[in-house]
Amino acid sequence: MKKGFLAKNPSVLIFLLCLAAFTLAVTLLSEAYGVSFLSTSFVKTLGKTLCLCLVALAMDLIWGYCGILSLGHFAFFGLGGYMIGMWLMYARTEEIVVQALAGGPLPPTPEEIVTGIGTQIFGVVGGAEVPLVWFFAHSLTAQLVLVVLVPGLLALVFGWLAFRSRVTGVYLSILTQAMTLALALYLFQNDSGLRGNNGLSGLQNLPGLDEVSQDALSVWFLWASALALGLGYLLCAWVVSGKFGSVIRAIRDDEQRVRFLGYSVENYKLAVFTLTAIIAAIAGALYYPQAGIINPAELAPIASIYLAVWVAIGGRGRLYGAVIGAAFVSLLSSWFTGGRAPDINLGIYVVKWVDWWQVLLGIAFVLVTLLAPKGIGGLFDLYQGRRLPDRKGADLGPDDSSLQEKEAVQ
Amino acid sequence: MSALLEVSGVSVTFDGFRAINNLSFNIGPQELRAIIGPNGAGKTTFMDIVTGKTRPDKGSVTFGERSVSLLSLSEAKIAQAGVGRKFQRPTVFEDQSVFDNLMMALKKPRGPLAVLLFRPKAEDASKVEALAAEVGLGDQLARKSGELSHGQKQWLEIGMLLAQEPRLLLVDEPAAGMTLQEREQTTALLVEMAKTRAVVVVEHDMEFVRRLNCKVTVLHEGSVLAEGSLEHVTKNPSVIEVYLGRG
Ligand SMILES: Nc1ncnc2c1ncn2[C@@H]1O[C@H](COP(=O)(O)OP(=O)(O)O)[C@@H](O)[C@H]1O
Ligand SMILES: [Mg+2]
Repeated sequence: MKKGFLAKNPSVLIFLLCLAAFTLAVTLLSEAYGVSFLSTSFVKTLGKTLCLCLVALAMDLIWGYCGILSLGHFAFFGLGGYMIGMWLMYARTEEIVVQALAGGPLPPTPEEIVTGIGTQIFGVVGGAEVPLVWFFAHSLTAQLVLVVLVPGLLALVFGWLAFRSRVTGVYLSILTQAMTLALALYLFQNDSGLRGNNGLSGLQNLPGLDEVSQDALSVWFLWASALALGLGYLLCAWVVSGKFGSVIRAIRDDEQRVRFLGYSVENYKLAVFTLTAIIAAIAGALYYPQAGIINPAELAPIASIYLAVWVAIGGRGRLYGAVIGAAFVSLLSSWFTGGRAPDINLGIYVVKWVDWWQVLLGIAFVLVTLLAPKGIGGLFDLYQGRRLPDRKGADLGPDDSSLQEKEAVQ
Repeated sequence: MSALLEVSGVSVTFDGFRAINNLSFNIGPQELRAIIGPNGAGKTTFMDIVTGKTRPDKGSVTFGERSVSLLSLSEAKIAQAGVGRKFQRPTVFEDQSVFDNLMMALKKPRGPLAVLLFRPKAEDASKVEALAAEVGLGDQLARKSGELSHGQKQWLEIGMLLAQEPRLLLVDEPAAGMTLQEREQTTALLVEMAKTRAVVVVEHDMEFVRRLNCKVTVLHEGSVLAEGSLEHVTKNPSVIEVYLGRG
């Protein structure tokens, strides 16, 4: 008797059911398809949160399972956003330009249209030419391929260089952060061809779907994000469930030993790094149309650090932990920074949460790391009573075998 | 009989300190060999060189009938070619079950894609069960290996080595931390394994080496001081001096 994948991994089934119930509930409470209990902007926030959960899954796979603390996965997330943003902005502007030129005596030539688009999009950075990087921007298919291809190739090349020279641990983290910073600084330049610090905007308007309201679009994107998260979760659960999962966890715990078993550690790291970069990019491509705007600040290293914080708070090395962490912290964060949290008046000083939330988050991170390294996910272990016996003391070492210090004293 | 492993004229320097000095060593395809020598003689470093962890400054290391040079291969490739290694301290993956540890070691394609698509068949599972039974862990398959006792971890690691089906096995101080009875079991197992493959055992414990009853290589300051039966080498004056001189 062979048990199915879901039967062997009940947590996956529970997760998918929760996700489906959540999506259904939000739909029924939305402006477009339900009782208008949730505002469209809040539906968008929820949809974006699902995308953040997806990138957190990627982070958990690379960090929690494979042991590589990447501080660059938000760069892949942002790149995915840029790739889809280029099409959204280009196609939308094209519509506007064609409409504006339609009033003229002669039908506009293709050159006129391109010039019009160039002036519209690049006027803010003092240009009118459409840069070469926008070569495929007219085609949705091409840009969708680039969503996967550009971050995937960047991860592949970067990972190949880094892993091949056996950079590990904190040095690797610094290297990934340097990559993120370099990418952000590059995008900040006007001549990067991606509108410098203005970034891409108006992404919430889908070309060709003018008659569809934002109320409906927000729910569509929520569905798409939920679908992506569900599929991403299935994929990650499948990847970590078998021998591959065994090997990457073994790499996390003792990579030299894995080499002597005959596994080429570098190739495994590269595979996981690239796969997770692609998942992050897809999450980004779904996130930014809901956010409406993307600029290079989104790729700043701090974003990738937040990602690590979410996963740590949610619980590393278990997929639902990453999702819970990302959802919990990012929703709480938007509550605190959105000015909705009441300020605390201490008489001599007023605690404004907009400023103090970061401090609170920092303290929470330190506390979780020190006191509850399993994060929120650890609560599930408590509930299931799955706890290692607290045997006190360290391993005694060779001769007294399994007894530990305190036990052996008697 | 041609040699399975041939190390010749190998030297390694760490920051100006010559840990291995013009070392040459051969072992046949079905041979048991003990390497003894005082602390710091370079025994572990010798294993590091053969398994690809340390690159020598000069010399050659060849393996197999076709005398493939191991010096240009990665650790993983060397392991795939058939060199297995047991460390001084037992190193098993403590976070994973005994079953998963053995399954990982089982001789199968090692590439990421093959491993990703791999799902154990009934015969793989029964192979793992047989191996576990062989090293006395038959009823511990589902346990996390971190919960095992030190001796059980040693046995699990030996089981993992058997699962790899290596042609050359390098064993670093296997008797450390074992009870007398476990030592006897280990000796028997090593002798048995050497019937079908080459086994190199590094050991401090003379009594253990005596029981292995095999050819002995004495290492000192990174090169071979003497080679032959234990009887023969212990009569060698320079060996006596090295051992007595160091206490
Ligand atoms: N990575 C290293 N860097 C510097 N010195 C080393 C290194 N590895 C081993 N050595 C030195 O080489 C010598 C041989 O060590 P080793 O092979 O571990 O000896 P043993 O025979 O006790 O196993 C020792 O003096 C040790 O200090
Ligand atoms: Mg040693």
